[in-house]
Amino acid sequence: MTMIAITTHFVPRGQQGSRYPIRSCQSLTRPSMAASEDSNQSKIRTVFGSVLSFFILILIGVLAFSIRLFSVIKYESVIHEFDPYFNYRVTQFLTKNGIYDFWNWFDDRTWYPLGRVIGGTVYPGLTLTAGSIWWLLNSLNIPLSVETVCVFTAPIFSANAAWATYLLTKEVKGTGAGLTAAALLAMVPSYISRSVAGSYDNEAVAIFALIFTFYLYIKTLNTGSLFYATLNAITYFYMVCSWGGYTFIINLIPMHVLLCIVTGRYSSRLYIAYAPLVVLGTLLAALVPVVGFNAVMTSEHFASFLVSSVGTMILPSNFVVNFSLQVFIIIHVVALVYYIKGILSPKMFKVAVTLVVSVGLVVCCAVVAVLIALVASSPTKGWSGRSLSLLDPTYASKYIPIIASVSEHQPPTWPSYFMDINVLAFLVPAGIVACFLPLSDASSFVVLYIVTSVYFSGVMVRLMLVLAPAACILSGIALSEAFDVLTRSIKFQLPGLPENSQIDVSLILFMLLTIKAGDTTSSSVVTQNDAAKTNKNEDTLKERPSRKNRKKEKEHVEKTSIKSQIKKRLLVLPLEASVAAIFLLVLLGAFYVVHCVWAAAEAYSAPSIVLTSHSHDGLHVFDDFREAYAWLRHNTEVDDKVSFLHVYLSVVCLIFLNLFLHGIMVWNCSCILIVFTLLEL
Amino acid sequence: MSRFVVFLTLIALLPTLSFSFSPENPTDRRILVLLDDISLKSSHSLFFKSLQSRGFELEFKLADDPKISLQRYGQYLYDGLILFSPTIERFGGSVDLAAILDFVDSGHDLIMSADVSASDLIREIATECGVEFDEDPAAMVIDHTSFAVSDTEGDHTLIVSDDFIKSDVILGKEKIEAPVLFRGIGHSTNPANSLVLKALSASPAAYSANPKSKLSNPPSLTGSAISLVSVVQARNNARVLISGSLSMFSNRLFRSGVQKAGSSTKHEKSGNEQFLTELSRWVFHERGHLKAVNVSHHNVGEADEPSMYRIKDDLEYSVEIYEWSGTSWEPYIAEDVQVQFYMMSPYVLKTLSTNQKGLYYTAFKVPDVYGVFQFKVEYQRLGYTSLSLSKQIPVRPFRHNEYERFITAAFPYYGSSFTMMAGFFIFSIVYLYNK
Repeated sequence: MTMIAITTHFVPRGQQGSRYPIRSCQSLTRPSMAASEDSNQSKIRTVFGSVLSFFILILIGVLAFSIRLFSVIKYESVIHEFDPYFNYRVTQFLTKNGIYDFWNWFDDRTWYPLGRVIGGTVYPGLTLTAGSIWWLLNSLNIPLSVETVCVFTAPIFSANAAWATYLLTKEVKGTGAGLTAAALLAMVPSYISRSVAGSYDNEAVAIFALIFTFYLYIKTLNTGSLFYATLNAITYFYMVCSWGGYTFIINLIPMHVLLCIVTGRYSSRLYIAYAPLVVLGTLLAALVPVVGFNAVMTSEHFASFLVSSVGTMILPSNFVVNFSLQVFIIIHVVALVYYIKGILSPKMFKVAVTLVVSVGLVVCCAVVAVLIALVASSPTKGWSGRSLSLLDPTYASKYIPIIASVSEHQPPTWPSYFMDINVLAFLVPAGIVACFLPLSDASSFVVLYIVTSVYFSGVMVRLMLVLAPAACILSGIALSEAFDVLTRSIKFQLPGLPENSQIDVSLILFMLLTIKAGDTTSSSVVTQNDAAKTNKNEDTLKERPSRKNRKKEKEHVEKTSIKSQIKKRLLVLPLEASVAAIFLLVLLGAFYVVHCVWAAAEAYSAPSIVLTSHSHDGLHVFDDFREAYAWLRHNTEVDDKVSFLHVYLSVVCLIFLNLFLHGIMVWNCSCILIVFTLLEL
Repeated sequence: MSRFVVFLTLIALLPTLSFSFSPENPTDRRILVLLDDISLKSSHSLFFKSLQSRGFELEFKLADDPKISLQRYGQYLYDGLILFSPTIERFGGSVDLAAILDFVDSGHDLIMSADVSASDLIREIATECGVEFDEDPAAMVIDHTSFAVSDTEGDHTLIVSDDFIKSDVILGKEKIEAPVLFRGIGHSTNPANSLVLKALSASPAAYSANPKSKLSNPPSLTGSAISLVSVVQARNNARVLISGSLSMFSNRLFRSGVQKAGSSTKHEKSGNEQFLTELSRWVFHERGHLKAVNVSHHNVGEADEPSMYRIKDDLEYSVEIYEWSGTSWEPYIAEDVQVQFYMMSPYVLKTLSTNQKGLYYTAFKVPDVYGVFQFKVEYQRLGYTSLSLSKQIPVRPFRHNEYERFITAAFPYYGSSFTMMAGFFIFSIVYLYNK
């Protein structure tokens, strides 16, 4: 049905002539430069394109959700591993006792005899999310158990994450790249490993929050709208609630801001994207009990990395105050400079500059002296051990063996890159190149994102999860650009064929082969659009595609389209090479899909509390863990103490038993001392 | 008819069941006496009679009786055991070393008497209780300075001793005037073992050796290190009496007069009866048994016990302690009972005040530390059963709305934020409309 619709739709367009031979149905931002009878059809095409991309997105969501259900199908609807059980228990408490009791929950059943202030030491985002979903469903008279909701939270949020990826990539490189990136993210194994059904952990919702925060930042950067800036702060708050990885956001965005300032890309849009985020975001972050004053007091993860790379910062490297706040000050100084520049004559400005610089130098020297004293007085320079091990990978194994002892904090091996992001590893460099053609604020952000996340994933295998979305975005861009170039080449190489049938062939080819291939039909328009933008940028300084700007854009398009037409003719590839390349790219995509499905089904779907083994006489299921817990539950009193020397095992037992438990997590060293005291007695 | 008999038997058994050892009535009732020889029953009748007159039911059995057993269907048939069978190599029935140790481990009491040439079995039981008899089977305690004066100049193995343990709880309030006559084997106790007490020690001049042979080596046990009678109170409050002489329980020594060598005073009657009777009272829990009841704690001004305290709460703690007098629970009066508020180490340690009627109470503030605490009373005094109470209670931090709302020290900050707001407002008005 859809196919027929497309073909019939394309017939009249072929009669218009060959100005835009491979324009797809999704000419979303495509201005109509044709005659008035054409504008009507163009509108239909726009609507049709949005409908098509809407359905593609729905399908991507379904894909993201369903590829994570292998664990439920192969085992049962059960919560996996150890941390998720703790989260599940907290959610149960939340749904039973309400949010205030949750906030003030002092749990005397764990970490005997110290107990644990749950409300003040967990990131509540995941719990509150699942709790709200459960509450909503129950108020709609859909009586799901808390466990069911918890099991399916991660798949639901990975669908959300795929859509957020679409939005983010669309802001960077247009709809086609967006759809490709979303499809790639929906099944990237690295993300699947943390978000299969039952893996009820912080990362499940945090990756969505991470991508969505970046999207809103880029959106604000592109539009300069305070509305999006506020939304961005709220999303950032959600991210802070969800995961300790929020420090990545609050260091990456300042890094990008600084990059923009240093490269002379300062604009009022940048200010609007950054300043409200810092003010509102920091205030909101400080409301989360587990973060509290850490929001302003600690310099985490990436601070020094940046400080060392930018020697010309107005404030010296301040280890005590958060990095984002330093950049906050810098952006204000820069804004002030631009403002003064605007109101003063050039001569006066020069005078003012010398005045400010001389006074500023004196102040700087004083501040530097104070800071050096402060830094020298603190042994770890104000960083936590985990962060230090990020900057110096050998730090942990040298000084803090307990951090190094956790396998998640070890550097990954090379095969794990292939396992976790597969062919994306080869597409990312192409994506980076595509981001520089042309370089915009948004694409520079993506480049910065991939560079930092590659570094950090190399330090800590756990951070591979942060790399995965960046890799998907860049691979999406790369694939989309490649398909764009190749299909255009084919188009120009086959002038003899009737236009309409040729379009049909290429479209049918795209629609049939893969989703990605289908998506990329739309990307061609975007590239044209980008090309148009590049030309346009020469005329009007750095116009961004906002809703307001679009009208202006239309005026330019008529000139630029002809120019770009000529340009593109020069860039065509040989027909055979193009066809082969498309075939190979599709093959690559197919490999990726096969690998992802295999990883989802075989590698990442095992709930650690139920083990299986294959042997020559068939499949064996070991349910010993749960049996042991059931035994404990039936054979111990309420006040009995059970001591566990396993890293996370204690947490599981909390679910199965209502006992006083003592376990060792990487919590702090005093706990471990207590256990050894117990053993000595 | 048979049903009627069963009914009668049950009726007959009822008092036995109801009088048995229980936390409410800690004195033992049913006691098994294992004898080497049935004649001991008559030769030691005074000791047995004093027990019977105090309400104990004694069941005499020969130690090698094949039918004896301490428990049936997992229930102990007796509350106490008297072993007057120093030479037995193997008990009859199901009784053996392990059975006797299990008996004590389950909280029951034991009076055991060894003698010269005690069997290995008896020695092993004593060793398990922390007492080492002299290894030489023929050895006896000999004392050339404080022996009992008699008509014939013997080998000084019938010795007298008045070196009693200094505890009113164990030996009763009444002072034992006459010294105790003893003839038998000596033993030593490990000084590191705090559970074993020497109830009767030998004089500094005593030594342990075979009186019939010439002393070739220095004796292994000498002086007041020799214990003649020892008592043990196990951690489960089971009590054990170990004596090195069976004859000291006999009617002959109970009745005989005593004159210590070198002393002019001649007592009409030896101290054996009083000493051993008082000791048996203690062993069979007629004395020195404490119980703690009604442990309660609550916030000051409240009556109910909370499920959880908050840091810095003021709380009151009280416990009632009673002592068993043999017939009833009397208030226990002492000034040295302490309570700990404990989490890995005592955060609070307070001496409890008493109202002289058994109630001990105190009040204190919960420390500024959260966690799972315990109210602990660890009371261990010589002769008394140990009291070890612990009651678990979690202590939570402040709730979010329990902190101080406005802090005086922060008024400058409140002030600065409000002036900032006002200033911004004025600035906005001036900036917007001043043109």
